[in-house]
Amino acid sequence: MLKYTLKRFMWAVLTLWVIITITFIIMKVIPGNPFAKEGPMPAAVYNNLQKHYNLDKPNIVQYGMYLKSLAQLDFGRSMKSQSLTVNDYIKQGFPVSLHLGLQALVISVTFGLILGVIAALNRNRWPDYLSMVVAIIGISVPSFILATFLIQYFGVYLKVLPVATWKSWSHTILPSISLAMLPLAYIARLMRSSMLEVMNQDYILTAKAKGLAQSSIIIKHAIRNAILPVVTVLGIMTANLVTGSFIIEHIFGIPGMGEMFVKSIFNRDYTVILGSTVFYSAILIFLIFIVDIAYTWIDPRIKVTGESS
Amino acid sequence: MEKQMKLTEEMFLPAVDNFKEAEKISRPSISYWSDAWRRLKTNKLAMFGLIMIILLIVMAIIGPYLNGYTYYEQDFSKKNLKPNAEHWFGTDTAGRDLFTRAWYGARISLFIGFMAALIDFLAGVLYGGISAIRGGRMDNVMMRIAEVLYAIPYLLVVILVMIAMKRGIWPLIIAMTITGWIPMARLVRGQVLQLKELEYVHAATAMGAKMGWVLRKHMIPNTLGPILVNLTLTVPSAIFAEATLSFLGLGVQAPQASWGTLVSDSLGSIHVGNFYQLLIPATLISLTMLAFNVFGDGLRDALDPRLRD
Repeated sequence: MLKYTLKRFMWAVLTLWVIITITFIIMKVIPGNPFAKEGPMPAAVYNNLQKHYNLDKPNIVQYGMYLKSLAQLDFGRSMKSQSLTVNDYIKQGFPVSLHLGLQALVISVTFGLILGVIAALNRNRWPDYLSMVVAIIGISVPSFILATFLIQYFGVYLKVLPVATWKSWSHTILPSISLAMLPLAYIARLMRSSMLEVMNQDYILTAKAKGLAQSSIIIKHAIRNAILPVVTVLGIMTANLVTGSFIIEHIFGIPGMGEMFVKSIFNRDYTVILGSTVFYSAILIFLIFIVDIAYTWIDPRIKVTGESS
Repeated sequence: MEKQMKLTEEMFLPAVDNFKEAEKISRPSISYWSDAWRRLKTNKLAMFGLIMIILLIVMAIIGPYLNGYTYYEQDFSKKNLKPNAEHWFGTDTAGRDLFTRAWYGARISLFIGFMAALIDFLAGVLYGGISAIRGGRMDNVMMRIAEVLYAIPYLLVVILVMIAMKRGIWPLIIAMTITGWIPMARLVRGQVLQLKELEYVHAATAMGAKMGWVLRKHMIPNTLGPILVNLTLTVPSAIFAEATLSFLGLGVQAPQASWGTLVSDSLGSIHVGNFYQLLIPATLISLTMLAFNVFGDGLRDALDPRLRD
């Protein structure tokens, strides 16, 4: 188990390193200059700016310096803001994104599981059809369209919820729902098929034959086994929630990491783009690592050989 | 006993050897594909999806020519017209005909979706196939590379690549396929690895079949099902990614239109009551996603031999 964990951890570190390197290369080959918007400037100023951001050194040296500062958890300075570092941006944006992401995760897992279980237990009856309609809508309607409709209906037409920004809890409702629909739909479908499969297993029949109550069969035997595939996708799902939040944060004007990322793209603020990509990836790789480890712990049947599934 | 058995002369003749008669196949033989099609036809939801997809493709081809307007022609005297006899879907803020623009957008969105799926398919089959057939160390290295690349969040990769390239249709397709082929490669590898160990493949090799024959006669027909299902589900996810990027302003540029840009453009004028400008592209995107998803699901069920009844 320890060996497996270590091996997985090494893979996570390697993956992160590859991502850092690729992003660094992309940032170097992008045409255009981050200082271009400032207009023509004297050569001395330009040289000083280059020096300030170490752009005068060879690329390989810059790469080494960047890796070194990353190891010290220093993401560098913003190219557009005089006073803020990338760390400041992350400190401001990440708690907001985390809040939004967690809220959406709770909504999608709770309702996804409930819908999936109800659908499976009432196969081919109206509760099944109803929850599958919800799931199909969740998969078919892109989050930005759903968000726009929610804003129009609850914000503009009914005027019960704020249309944008991030101030009180009521501001968080619409963005969380818009973000949660897609993973909710996936979880519901996954849980339904997994539940249907489990309900046909011999051990469920045995439990029935023993005379166990339906409720305890479902809770103790069916759900606990059927939930495993859902746990597997939770890592990727969380990844989707975090990256999916670019667009939701953009629409609602939420000052999170996603909005910061989108803004830094349009400002060509390379250090912020690089820093937030690395930070995002680190979080996601860490999450997938945790889920991988948790999975072997939850399901003892999985052989811990280090073989990836 | 009124009915008496009639005894005839020929009943006492020696039995004819009609062994060949008994072995005769009295009904037309059903191939895997016709069997799958037979099952697909009974799935109403999947057939609805198929019909929708065909309809969308036909409209994407002929739609832009139907009412005599072009997608780029501006007429400021006729801006923000509600749907009417002359402009079937109304006009946008620049007085462009939305019916033409919507189907022109369909053309671009569908083209991007199909091209991305096609490239994912080619790259994935090649990479996964080589990896599985070569096996051993090569397989290990190739799959590790794919795994590391796959750990980078999809939307993040697409956005990063879009920053590095000019805006346009082909850059979008490249950005989407740069890591988009990986799930296909993993799927193909898994399938081929499984097939490689099956008796009939061993038998074929033992009887001297060449690699090409095994590929053509055994591998390709048997992996085609899951690949096809994966392809059907790749198209909507590419369309979704394109719409998201265009919505953020990283997609195709005006005067060209895709569904994503149409939604994005509409946001500026929905608060003044031009809700139809949002509704039309939003409905089209959602319908397309719905059609491909239900068709893909139906196809999966139809092609899965385990679900045969």
